[in-house]
Amino acid sequence: MSEHVRERETRRLDRVVVRFAGDSGDGMQLTGEQFTSETATFGNDLSTLPDFPAEIRAPAGTPAGVSGFQLHFSDHDILTPGDAPDVLVAMNPAALKANLKDLPPGANLIVNTDAFTSGNLKKAGYATDPLTDGTVDPYVVHRVPLTSMTINAVHATDGGGGVNKKEAERAKNMFALGLMSWLYHRPTEGTVGFLEKKFAKRPEIAAANIAAFRAGFNYGETTESFTVTYEVAPARMKSGTYRRISGNLALSYGLVAAGELTGLPVYLGSYPITPASDILHELSKHKRFGVRTFQAEDEIAGIGAALGASFGGALGITTTSGPGVALKSETIGLAVSLELPLVIVDIQRGGPSTGLPTKTEQADLLQAMFGRNGEAPVPIVAPRSPGDCFDAAIEAARIATKYRTPVFLLSDGYLANGSEPWLLPVREELPDLRVEFATEPNHVGDKGPEFWPYLRDPETLARPWAVPGTAGLEHRIGGIEKSDGQGNISYDPANHDKMVRLRAAKVAGIANDIAPLEVDDPSGEARVLVLGWGSTFGPIAAGCRRVRAKGLPVAQAHLRHLNPFPANTGEVLRSYDKVLIPEMNLGQLRTLIRAEFLVDAIGYNQVRGLPFKAAELAGVLEDVINQ
Amino acid sequence: MTVTTNGSGVSNRLLDLVPTAPAQQTRKDFTSDQEVRWCPGCGDYAILATVQGFLPDLGVARENIVFISGIGCSSRFPYYLQTYGMHSIHGRAPAIASGLATSRPDLSVWVVTGDGDALSIGGNHLLHALRRNVNLKILMFNNRIYGLTKGQYSPTSEVGKVTKSTPFGSLDRPYNPVSLALGAEATFVGRSIDSDRAHLTSVLRAAAEHPGTAFVEIFQNCNIFNDGAFDPLKDRTSRDDVTLRLTDGEPLVFGTERDKGVRRAADGSLEVVSADSPDVLVHDAGAADPSLAFALSRITGDTHGVTPVGIFRNVDVPTYDETFNQQIAQAKERQGEGDLMSLISGTETWTID
Repeated sequence: MSEHVRERETRRLDRVVVRFAGDSGDGMQLTGEQFTSETATFGNDLSTLPDFPAEIRAPAGTPAGVSGFQLHFSDHDILTPGDAPDVLVAMNPAALKANLKDLPPGANLIVNTDAFTSGNLKKAGYATDPLTDGTVDPYVVHRVPLTSMTINAVHATDGGGGVNKKEAERAKNMFALGLMSWLYHRPTEGTVGFLEKKFAKRPEIAAANIAAFRAGFNYGETTESFTVTYEVAPARMKSGTYRRISGNLALSYGLVAAGELTGLPVYLGSYPITPASDILHELSKHKRFGVRTFQAEDEIAGIGAALGASFGGALGITTTSGPGVALKSETIGLAVSLELPLVIVDIQRGGPSTGLPTKTEQADLLQAMFGRNGEAPVPIVAPRSPGDCFDAAIEAARIATKYRTPVFLLSDGYLANGSEPWLLPVREELPDLRVEFATEPNHVGDKGPEFWPYLRDPETLARPWAVPGTAGLEHRIGGIEKSDGQGNISYDPANHDKMVRLRAAKVAGIANDIAPLEVDDPSGEARVLVLGWGSTFGPIAAGCRRVRAKGLPVAQAHLRHLNPFPANTGEVLRSYDKVLIPEMNLGQLRTLIRAEFLVDAIGYNQVRGLPFKAAELAGVLEDVINQ
Repeated sequence: MTVTTNGSGVSNRLLDLVPTAPAQQTRKDFTSDQEVRWCPGCGDYAILATVQGFLPDLGVARENIVFISGIGCSSRFPYYLQTYGMHSIHGRAPAIASGLATSRPDLSVWVVTGDGDALSIGGNHLLHALRRNVNLKILMFNNRIYGLTKGQYSPTSEVGKVTKSTPFGSLDRPYNPVSLALGAEATFVGRSIDSDRAHLTSVLRAAAEHPGTAFVEIFQNCNIFNDGAFDPLKDRTSRDDVTLRLTDGEPLVFGTERDKGVRRAADGSLEVVSADSPDVLVHDAGAADPSLAFALSRITGDTHGVTPVGIFRNVDVPTYDETFNQQIAQAKERQGEGDLMSLISGTETWTID
């Protein structure tokens, strides 16, 4: 490498948004994940947004096949993956085409010039070369012959004897990672170790990737293209031990923890579906925790097996996305009638029907709330951030086991795949959720002691959970209406009316067993409340910060429980002049709020398959405040 | 109460894990206090009586027995047994029972279903329960009609069946449930008749002793909507001439005079010949290859003038739940019990003071 090292400016930034974009096969997710890992190790706060096509290998070189990964990192706590990138790495013309519209003028653009061939330009839909026709003029462009430099670097290291040209070329994402690591002063030891471990069985591939990574780093050091490098100091965060975690991983760990906290064996019945499959993959690894995973023949069998396991005394869980919930509806109704614990995890995605499998949306709220025949109330819990999926999973299991009811856990694609630093929980601070099975008869009849499966706990209205194998408590349950208490089949009109009301009262009563809705209003002078649920927490909070920074007061409240609502919800809503509800649907929470509290909330609704942007919500908030 | 949920018995077959009753149980122990509500004269009564009579002899404590059903006349069955039970939803009993059986190796789990429940709305679950070989006993009452919905044709009704929903005759060709089960890799397939208590008991006993999924088709008369569907097999004077009783290790012969036998035809199918023909086959339910069992399933009253009953196939292969629980036990043995906090922490952490 060159000895000529120029003096270079190092600029300190408080936050940066970077985006990697390339073909589905270019390894952009891996690159983004590894850059994130370096950033987490360095101590920045961060938030990520992977964005990839539903197809495994969409047509190469086309905008449809572009896979992207955005990372926002900072020296302070942040709430979103960032509105617009400060730097875009485009591995080919299609990646440029698909992402350029998001890049603000003046931002850094790193392009792989080797990929800008006439064939690739045509596939991307460019009539002329955007690198020369003025398209990229508004940006600070860094033209890097990434592919050829990668191949040269790999072959210079192994003397051409290690890997072939194609394998060498495949390491170009590591060249890009090396360059970005240099540009933002990221620690590199972790990546070298990661590559050695990942390719432990193919040391020549590991060597090629490490060579490309180092070459990218050194290229930054020697080229004259970059006059500035950037530093983002570690963030000042709450003291404690952190790790980086994605929503689906946190949710999986929450379910394992729920098994330990309830003292019940975890049983997952599931059928693969994007974006929920990762939970099945993760839980299938943890057999040493006694976790059983059953990949069923379909969605219906997945929840059926989970419910059967619950009958036997397990913590029955099923994981799916919106289309799967539709198929499971009848079994959820059965679980409502049987009054057995069951956790239904719905990682929401764009709908209706197949919709947008890899994009986020929160449009299953009303399906979770009402998507069954008859009066079939089901509690609903929603996490607000990737790390919060852990606590939300435990909360769903708590309600399910304590109240003997199916519970919906509504996450979404953004939380599932997004990641953030997570302050590790302390074991002693996790709740004790131990469950007791019925062991004795609970009624004395004409012929002596009897077991009545629907004789309820007067406080919780939960029925006893008597599991097969318990002598003397043999009983039958089913989807036909049962007599109050005794549990025999009953078609009596008054009994049905009573049972419907009892099931509703049981779920409604959970409102007394959950935390009240908290309001964040630093000024104490807000007249506008912005109410959200689920993954919109980050963007809404970021939007509020921006508005408050301008001196405008605004209050924020975020619902963890959607059914029932916290007991003080109506009181909170009515104490503001205006209530704004931003949602990634056409107003589902707003419908519920209006119906239940007669509060004329204002909606802000977008269903673009992407999370809200902080600036967008700040604008909406300002409008509502100033109206 | 002892609930074994950790799959501790790695070396045991599942049946060994089901606790036995401390004392001899009686039919009365298995009879619930619920009024039986099938139509008078329904074949289900005879099956219930047989099962209530047979369960005490099984020796399994009643609290460790679970009956799970779907929807239909037959699916009311669990209410009448003093065991644990679940009357679930249409077609899904095999899925629900699979979850229970795979999480509780200390239970004897039975599914009661009908031709509509198992073969129509629940066809997919049946196929997969059979192929997985979960430790389930599936009793399919076949009356070749929909009873509870008051008389529509079912997936086992003969072509041209005139019913409420097919006034001009049904169009679809029926399933042969035994062929279907064998095609789905079932490890135990049997057939019996509601009214033949001794035969039904023998098939149920063999099913109960089989580790893995056992599928038993029970011809059951619906005297309201399809009366007499199996009369030729029940008529005392003619039944021996039209029933081929399968007995493992015995020649495949039948007839009042035991003068007819079954042999391979040139095309590989089976044909009825004189019993003294030298190539009359000997039944082998334990054959690893299901070809003979399948060929036997193709013998029907319509095509051959005779209907086989008994055990078509009974082979011992590892069960799903056995292996399922072994994986858990082995993971604990090799890696030790899981530690929650070390799992959650992962390998890449950093600390902020």
